[in-house]
Amino acid sequence: MSYIKGLKCRECGREYPKDPLFVCEYCFGSLEVNYDYDKIKERLTKEKIGSRPKNLWRYKELLPIEGEPATGLNSGFTPLVKANNLAEALGVQELYVKDDSVCHPTLSFKDRVVAVALSKAKEFGFKTVACASTGNLANSVAAQAAIARFESYVFIPADLELGKVLGTLIYAPNLVMVDGNYDDVNRLCAEIASKYNWAFVNINIRPYYAEGSKTHGFEIAEQLGWKTPDHIIVPCAGGSLITKIWKGFKEFHKLGLIASPETKIYAAQAEGCSPIVNAIKEKSDTIKPVKPKTIAKSLAIGNPADGYYAMETVRETGGWAESTTDDEIIEGIKLLAKTEGIFTETAGGVTVSVTKKLIEQGIIPKDESIVISITGNGLKTQEVIQHQIGTPIKIKPTLRSFEDEVGEI
Amino acid sequence: MTIKVRIPQPLQKLTDGKGLIEASASDVKSLIDELEGKFPGIKDRICDQTGKIRRFINIYVNEEDIRFLQGETTSLKDGYEVSIVPAIAGGK
Repeated sequence: MSYIKGLKCRECGREYPKDPLFVCEYCFGSLEVNYDYDKIKERLTKEKIGSRPKNLWRYKELLPIEGEPATGLNSGFTPLVKANNLAEALGVQELYVKDDSVCHPTLSFKDRVVAVALSKAKEFGFKTVACASTGNLANSVAAQAAIARFESYVFIPADLELGKVLGTLIYAPNLVMVDGNYDDVNRLCAEIASKYNWAFVNINIRPYYAEGSKTHGFEIAEQLGWKTPDHIIVPCAGGSLITKIWKGFKEFHKLGLIASPETKIYAAQAEGCSPIVNAIKEKSDTIKPVKPKTIAKSLAIGNPADGYYAMETVRETGGWAESTTDDEIIEGIKLLAKTEGIFTETAGGVTVSVTKKLIEQGIIPKDESIVISITGNGLKTQEVIQHQIGTPIKIKPTLRSFEDEVGEI
Repeated sequence: MTIKVRIPQPLQKLTDGKGLIEASASDVKSLIDELEGKFPGIKDRICDQTGKIRRFINIYVNEEDIRFLQGETTSLKDGYEVSIVPAIAGGK
């Protein structure tokens, strides 16, 4: 049963067949999957979704594959944590953390998009998958390529955190380290993708890949009891996740699964790389690329491919945007850990600290429901907090030493 | 004077399948006009109705985004390489 009509240009509306295409030949706009929502509406109900296994494929009709998934059978359906301690610290009443730092198998939301991309690549008959990545995507492509038995090529910038390098190499991909930043890697990969017949998940498979991000939003709505929150704060790198969360809410509404979403959506970036936030705050129509300089490497895209759509999402929903310094990012990581026991990576530190700012500025009211989108795990970026969180108390293995050094309890 | 221009896949239908073109223009704007002379219709694809480079196209001169240089007036010299790349890749 196919629910996909084809691909459609997001800019000019030209239609294309459901092939590994990613860009409108005419205007260079990105292509998006065009679903047959009437047919989906006849078949997809809350009960049906609820009866399925707790993974991202429970929303299969709204994902762009036509056969059975090749991977991702344990990915997604991550906890929506009612964050009472963090709520108290921020002085708000109702706060949730959507915790993709525990997504299977590689501890970031990228496991969602890669599950969809590789399942689609299998359908298309590709033997090799590839990606340009700052780490999380690299980990996920390498791991899921192993699961789905693809050859894989992973391209990363040379300055990546060790944890992300090792966390990729362990799955034995062809890991290529490029002397340049992510935007350089990306440009190179676009050129490689033109020449080699590989499934580049974030290039020629991108229209399919990106749809996987919707499941982050679907789950939030389902886990809140089939409704959307008043506010959601989302970290932005390329700008795809924030766009797809909103698309997911609108699709649920179109299918009659939820009321019309009135969620305000906020973009969070690091000050050292905030092209999307800058454009929103300056009320500009153009997104000016920047040269990234931030510890939040997983968000360090200076030239965001979906920046315009991210900006439109924020404007359409009546949200706003804010950026945060490297010190504030670390404070954000620590705050989430010490209030909720969740150790997130730098991107999560950005989101938490931006949320704090928006609440302090009075932009997000204290008595409405708020969701913070946490997309990655802190174990991957331990370097950044290494000298920021104190040191162990060293003692000899005697009671006396314990009482001398730690003090009387 | 020879400049090498990399043409992305979606535009190669207009360049008889060629991914690499040689040109001799002195800046990016005149390069687009030169390409139009050789491959009619290509300018319409790279630029919008107002003549500005479309927002989903990135042009690089010697690997540097022209928005960090002088935009359309970025000058070109012998041996320079220009890449025209759709802005579509990305995601981390």
